[in-house]
Amino acid sequence: MTSVPVTPDSIMRAADGTPLKQKLAQAQRAAQMKALALIAPLFLFIVISFLVPIGAMLMNAFYDPDIHDQMPQTVAAIETWDGQSLPDETVFAAFVADMKAAHKAKSSAQIGKRLNYEVPTLKSKVTVTARKLDKIEAGPWKEAVIAIDPVWGEPETWATIKRASSTYTPFYLLNVMDLKQTADGHITTVEDNRKIYRDVLWRTLGISFLVTVITLILGFPVAYMLATVPQKTASLLMILVLLPFWTSLLVRTTAWSILLQDGGVVTQFMSITGITWLLNALGLISGEPQLFKTRFATVMAMVHIQLPFTLLPIYSVMKTISPTYMRAARSLGAKPGYAYWRVYMPQTLPGVAAGCLLTFILCLGYYITPALVGGPTDNMISGFIDSAMNQENNWGKASALGAVLLTATMILYYVYNKLVGIDRMKLG
Amino acid sequence: MSLPAYATPSEKIAYWGLRVFVGLVLLFLIAPILAIMPLSFNSDMFFSYPMPGFSLRWYEDFFTNDRWQSALRLSVILAILTTIFSTTLGTLAALGLSRGNIPFRATIMAVLISPMIVPIIISALGMFFFYAKLNLLGTLPGLVLAHTALATPFVVITVTATLSSFDRTLMRAGESLGASPTTVFFRVVMPLILPGMISGALFAFGTSFDEVIAVIFIAGPEQRTLPRQMFSGIREQISPTITAAATVLIILSTLMLVTVELLRRRSERLRGIRS
Amino acid sequence: MKKLITVLGAGLLAGSALVGVARADELTITSWGGAYQDSQREAYYKPYIAQGHKITEAEYNGEVAKIKAMVEANAITWDVIDVDSATALQGCAEGALEVIDWAKVGVDKAKMLGADVSECSVPTIVFGTVFGYDTSKLKDGPTSVNDLFDLAKFPGKRGLQKNPTVNLEWALIADGVPAADVYKVLATPEGVDRAFKKLDTIKSEIIWWEAGAQAPQLLADGQVVMTSAWNGRLQTPIDKDGKPFKIVWDHQALDWDLWSIAKGTPKMEEAYRFLAFASGAVPQAEQTKYIAYGPANADAIPNVDPKTLPSLPTAPDNLKTAWNLDTQFWADNGDQLKERFNAWLSQ
Repeated sequence: MTSVPVTPDSIMRAADGTPLKQKLAQAQRAAQMKALALIAPLFLFIVISFLVPIGAMLMNAFYDPDIHDQMPQTVAAIETWDGQSLPDETVFAAFVADMKAAHKAKSSAQIGKRLNYEVPTLKSKVTVTARKLDKIEAGPWKEAVIAIDPVWGEPETWATIKRASSTYTPFYLLNVMDLKQTADGHITTVEDNRKIYRDVLWRTLGISFLVTVITLILGFPVAYMLATVPQKTASLLMILVLLPFWTSLLVRTTAWSILLQDGGVVTQFMSITGITWLLNALGLISGEPQLFKTRFATVMAMVHIQLPFTLLPIYSVMKTISPTYMRAARSLGAKPGYAYWRVYMPQTLPGVAAGCLLTFILCLGYYITPALVGGPTDNMISGFIDSAMNQENNWGKASALGAVLLTATMILYYVYNKLVGIDRMKLG
Repeated sequence: MSLPAYATPSEKIAYWGLRVFVGLVLLFLIAPILAIMPLSFNSDMFFSYPMPGFSLRWYEDFFTNDRWQSALRLSVILAILTTIFSTTLGTLAALGLSRGNIPFRATIMAVLISPMIVPIIISALGMFFFYAKLNLLGTLPGLVLAHTALATPFVVITVTATLSSFDRTLMRAGESLGASPTTVFFRVVMPLILPGMISGALFAFGTSFDEVIAVIFIAGPEQRTLPRQMFSGIREQISPTITAAATVLIILSTLMLVTVELLRRRSERLRGIRS
Repeated sequence: MKKLITVLGAGLLAGSALVGVARADELTITSWGGAYQDSQREAYYKPYIAQGHKITEAEYNGEVAKIKAMVEANAITWDVIDVDSATALQGCAEGALEVIDWAKVGVDKAKMLGADVSECSVPTIVFGTVFGYDTSKLKDGPTSVNDLFDLAKFPGKRGLQKNPTVNLEWALIADGVPAADVYKVLATPEGVDRAFKKLDTIKSEIIWWEAGAQAPQLLADGQVVMTSAWNGRLQTPIDKDGKPFKIVWDHQALDWDLWSIAKGTPKMEEAYRFLAFASGAVPQAEQTKYIAYGPANADAIPNVDPKTLPSLPTAPDNLKTAWNLDTQFWADNGDQLKERFNAWLSQ
């Protein structure tokens, strides 16, 4: 290129002759690529080491290979069974072959465990049957197997095996909604003494809602005052809000669990200030109050931890509200209460929404605090995920509960993002 | 806010009522933290007032007991490594995010912030299975990676917030004067966003230093961090040493808070923001 | 940038070295914490370490699920595990524990009491689940399991283990079922309902403990008027700290603690070496100095201090109404009863 080409069409061109518009787009694309290149490492890191593992873990809620992998012959033979009468000899023969193999491989307990989820008591029956069949050399198998335990003479047992033979199952998800599939494929609610997870879900939502409301009631006036007092006072008061915010969650939970002990600092405080006497007089309690390991303690500790999360977004919105609006309202004749309610409050709503949603979302996932200061009836979903995983050894159930919790969280996260915008999230 | 001369009696009641109410709420916020500290100097095993005597024995236990000390050491190393990784990754991403017209910016942001939103027990479970496959369970790199994922959202948020008021023409000025992009970053951008980076780094440090659930799932039995040691302590047997540990952590967080506040004010002064 | 990565990488490596990630020759032994683990440390770990071996200690509360998760995820961090018999049976049946090769243990299997509990474990001690109270607070204390369920006679909180085991059996015994028939009743759905119904009568007054060390703590803090506990956990504070606790031996539940090896641990040889050491008569007798549990090695019994004998769960006086925990029953039905128990707790 030696000279700028003449452009009869009067399009502005860059030095190399490309139209300026195109060149600009190129430059923007290059800048965009550069920006994306800066984001890429973290983005990939989060996706690969965080989101994909969570997704894979949630697959356990549907993935159910135990019966499929460990009773291959039965699974194949039972496919043609009509599901009504007792299966024929071929199914029983396949079952025996699988049981013998399972006994050798020490996997009969695994099979029993899976079937036990749907028909309680099958676990021991499977292991006993496998053990006994190991000693029987030849058929006919149908009678032999039923002779070991009459449970094998019931079509419902075989329907359960057939249902569990697919690699994917709705069982765990139904289970955590207190539902089950009956032999003929209908979905019904489980027996009363096994009903638990709907309660737990409602409890989780209920506690989170209660905590959110209390933090709003306590936090709103504080935010208002922080936003309206002179800067110097505000900075000082702000420290009091931020110190708990910075103090580790575990430390604060520790603090509460020590202060709330029977005969601990809080009960002492209550009896000195006469609160204990008052509650006794009102007939609400008798004797010393029991605080530790109660719902009251759980909510109190959670409110303490979440209060700054609700308060700070409200505060940052209130700071942008000019006092002139209120003055204008007053000068137009509004009573203070009316002016406050009709002029000031509506302007704080974005902050209220941001604070409350954030607190509600974070509350749903609480685990440590209910576990340490609450009693057994205060455990929230996270606590049940932990016990499904670490006590019942039921990964399917843990994942299904996780899926329920994550769905609830994600819906709210989406709402938060639409309503508030993640960009506006501020810390301290 | 002060009472205007034309305040009505009901306004006066509201004014003073508000003050009392706010005072009580602030007391509620701060009291548990203040009440726990003196208990750590109790000479007795019990957690109530009045204390029978003053003693440093729980601090002595905390600072000489090998279990607590190795826990403290591991926590510090873990938190420092986490801070380095998450501040680097988070700052780079924040720089990218602030460059304007990124496609799917909201979605990208939602992904980057997600570790802060996803309930910790779900994150811990997912990472447990993932790190098991990579043979990273019970290793320091495994813990560092897990905590880095959990801590970066805080860095992204604080640094993005700082960058939102950053004047981009300064970068162009630097570039037009012949500086390479790296030089511009280290000589122009970094000094201005440094307060944000440090706040983010402190948040990352705090997150790692505080985290217990992921550690329980991912760490090996000999990898006891300070929060893990405290957690099992409260669950099983509350020893007063826990109050000493808590006090040490409260002092640490107070120092971090003061640092962040000073930085915030400094940076607002530098950028000429008055509030 | 490259330099930065190098620096970070180096930092990570240095950090790993500092906290000792590589633990190639260290054996991790997991037990039940508290006074019991203290006694194991004195009697087994310390002398074994003195012989030039390395041990890392870990604690758990008998969660077989944790062992299984570890084995299934192929991330074995616990090599040798102290299990109770139900855990041994369940872990063995579900392929989480190694089948013991007694030749490698090197002790005479016939001399080990309880050696037939499970093919995946070597017994170490016999313990009793009992309950106890503080004599300084209760003058005429409870004497039978019935009293544990009698709120009229003994008002106040009770500590119980957050686990259906023993609690369901005691509930049935207190409800009038003879100890010999307990498992027959508990095997029926009506029996399970009956046990939970009996537990319902004291549910509001129960404080649940999870780790063995919590039980004596609850008693010492005055949080409960009586609590269930493993007998050694109550005996140690009596002997060592002079606590005024009293153990009620009525209908104590006898069970074994056993050593098991996590299936497929890379430290198999080292694990067997430890088992061989810990099964010896000398350290087993030594352990009774620190906690009142009966040694499994019959040769150890003559070496036990005669003063300790009456506080062992196997002392004739303590055995009068004792019953054996039916470990096969719990291995088979444990999961399902645990689920029911968790549902009941949260209702």
